Amino acid sequence: MTFDALMLQVIAGLATGGIYASLALALVMIYQATHLVNFAQGEMAMFCTYIAWALINAGMPYWGAFVLTVGIAFVFGVLIERLIIRPVENAPVLAVVVVFIGLLVILNSLAGWIFTYTIKSFPSPFGVQPLFGVRFMSPHQLGSIGVTVVVLALLYAFFRFTPLGLAMRAAAQNPESSRLVGIRVGWMLALGWGLAAAVGSIAGMMVAPIVYLDPNMMGGILLYAFAAALLGGIDSPGGAVVGGLVVGVLENVLGAFVIGNELKLVVALVLIIGVLVVRPSGFFGRVHVSRV
Amino acid sequence: MTKRTWAVLAALLVIACVLPFVLSNYRTFQAALVLVYAIALLGLNILTGYNGQISLGHGAFYAIGAYTAAMLMDLAGFPYWATVPVAGAVCLVAGFLFGLPALRLEGLYLALATFALGVSMPQLLKIHQLEKWTGGVQGIVIAKPDAPAFFPSIGLPLNQDQWLYFFILAVTLVMFLLAYNLLHGRVGRALIAIRDQHTAAEVMGINTALYKSLAFGVSALYTGVAGALGAIAVQFVAPDSFNVFLSITFLVGIVVGGLASLPGALYGALFIQFVPNIADEISKAAPWAIFGVFLIAFVYVMPTGVAGAVRILTARRKSP
Repeated sequence: MTFDALMLQVIAGLATGGIYASLALALVMIYQATHLVNFAQGEMAMFCTYIAWALINAGMPYWGAFVLTVGIAFVFGVLIERLIIRPVENAPVLAVVVVFIGLLVILNSLAGWIFTYTIKSFPSPFGVQPLFGVRFMSPHQLGSIGVTVVVLALLYAFFRFTPLGLAMRAAAQNPESSRLVGIRVGWMLALGWGLAAAVGSIAGMMVAPIVYLDPNMMGGILLYAFAAALLGGIDSPGGAVVGGLVVGVLENVLGAFVIGNELKLVVALVLIIGVLVVRPSGFFGRVHVSRV
Repeated sequence: MTKRTWAVLAALLVIACVLPFVLSNYRTFQAALVLVYAIALLGLNILTGYNGQISLGHGAFYAIGAYTAAMLMDLAGFPYWATVPVAGAVCLVAGFLFGLPALRLEGLYLALATFALGVSMPQLLKIHQLEKWTGGVQGIVIAKPDAPAFFPSIGLPLNQDQWLYFFILAVTLVMFLLAYNLLHGRVGRALIAIRDQHTAAEVMGINTALYKSLAFGVSALYTGVAGALGAIAVQFVAPDSFNVFLSITFLVGIVVGGLASLPGALYGALFIQFVPNIADEISKAAPWAIFGVFLIAFVYVMPTGVAGAVRILTARRKSP
C-alpha cells in the first residue's frame, strides 16, 4: 500500500464520512428531543432525494431544486411527527420501533412504486474539473465536505444563538420546566423532526451521486450513520460529526486494504456492537445513571 | 387448559391433517410454509413478546438455520430430517453468543444492534472465502424429500408436498408443545418478570443475565429450526432471500399475531403468508406499503394483535 493510495482512501473516507456525519446528526437530533432512534431516517432522506431528482428532471436548476427539496423535507418531517409519531409518544419502546419500521417499509415501497426500481444517476453540482489542481480529491468530494461544514456551522449557530434554537434545546432537555416558561414543547419536537429531515435530505442529495439513486440506497448508509452516532455518543451532536468522519475513513481504508469491499457493511455491524458493548455512551456521550 | 380449549385444539389438529388431501399441491406447500413461519414467529415471540428484548435481525438466525441444513445436505450428504436438530443446535449457540453482548443493551440499542445484524447478513453469506461451501451469490439448490416407503405399503400414497407438510406439521406440534411447557412454568414466569420489572426480578433472585441470554439462544433455536424446514420446503437458499425485509416480516408477524401469545404465532404466520398476496391485489406495485400501513394501524388500533382481539371476543361471549 503506497502513501498516495492511502491518502486517496482517507480523503474519500472524509467525504463520505461527512455525509454519514450529517445523517448521524439527524439521528442525534431526534434522539435528543425524543429519546428515540429513527429507523426511517435513511428512507426519509432517500425519498427526499427522489423529489430533488424529479425537480431537476422537470428542468429546475440544481440549487433551486436543492433549496426547494430541503424545504419540502422540513415540512415532511414536521408532518410525520404530527401525524404518525405523536400518537405513540408515550407508548412502549417496541410500539415505537414498530411504527418506525412501518414508516421505513412504506417509504421504501412508495419510492419504488412512484419512481421505479431502476437505478438512476444523480447530478453533482460541483462539476468534474479538479479544483485548484488538487490531486487527491474529486470536486464532488470537496464540495460535499464543504456542504457538510456549512450545514454543521448553520446548525451550531441556530442552536447556540437563536431564541428558537434555545427553546428547542430546552424542550428536549427538560420538557416540564420548558412548558412552565411558555415553550410549546410539542411543536418544538415537531420542528426538531423537520430539521432532522432537512439535514437528512441534504445527506441524501450529497451521497446520491456516489452510490446512485435507488430505493434501497440508504440501507447501508443508515447503518454507518448509526455506527457514527453511537461511536460519538448518541446524545452528542459534536460526537456524531467526529464519529461520522471516523466511520467514513475506517470504512474506506478497511474496505480498500484489509477486508475488501464486499464486507464493508460488516465493519458497521462490528463497530455498532463493539461500541455498545465496550462503551455504550460512545466517546462524547453522557453516561446514564438511572435511579431505582 | 380448559375442556373447551382442548376441543378447539383437537378440531384444529383434525383440520390440519385433512387439509393436504383437499387442497392442491401448491396450497399444501403454502400451508407448510405457514407452519414454518409459525415456528419462526414463536421463536421471536419468546424473545420479544415474553422477554421484552426487541430483535430486528431474526432473519439472520433463519438464514443460519437454512444454510446449516442446505450445507449439511449438499456437502455432507445428511438426510433432510437430520439437518433440523443440527440447525437448531447451531442457532442455539449462535443466539446465545449474540445474546451475551446483547445483555448490556436495552430497548432501542438492542433493536439497533440486531438491525445491523439483519442488514449485514446477506454480505456475510456472500463472503468469497466461504464460497466453496455456501455457493456464494448463487446459493445452494437442494432436492425435495420423498415420502418414506412405509406409507404406500399401508395404502396411503403421499406425494412429496403432502409428505413435507406432515413432516413440518409434526415438528411444529413438538416445538409448540415444548414452548408451552417452557413458558407456562418457572422459566416462563422468570422471562415475563424480567420483561415487566427488570430490577424487581433481579432482586427476587432471578439470574437475569442467564435468562436473557438463554431466551436469545432458545429464540434463535426456534427460528433456526424454521429456517432449516423452510430451506427444505423451498429447496433453495441464497443470500439475498435473507435480507433485512425477512427480519421485518417476522416483526410484522408477531405484532399482527399478538405479542406474548402462542396462538398469536399462528395468526401472524397466516398473515405474513397470505396478506402479501392480498396486498399485491390491492396494489401490484407497492405490497410493502400495504404491509407498513397494516403494521402502523395495528400498533394504533389493536396493540395486542389478532390474538388479543380473539381473547376479547371470546371473553365477551362468555359473560353476556
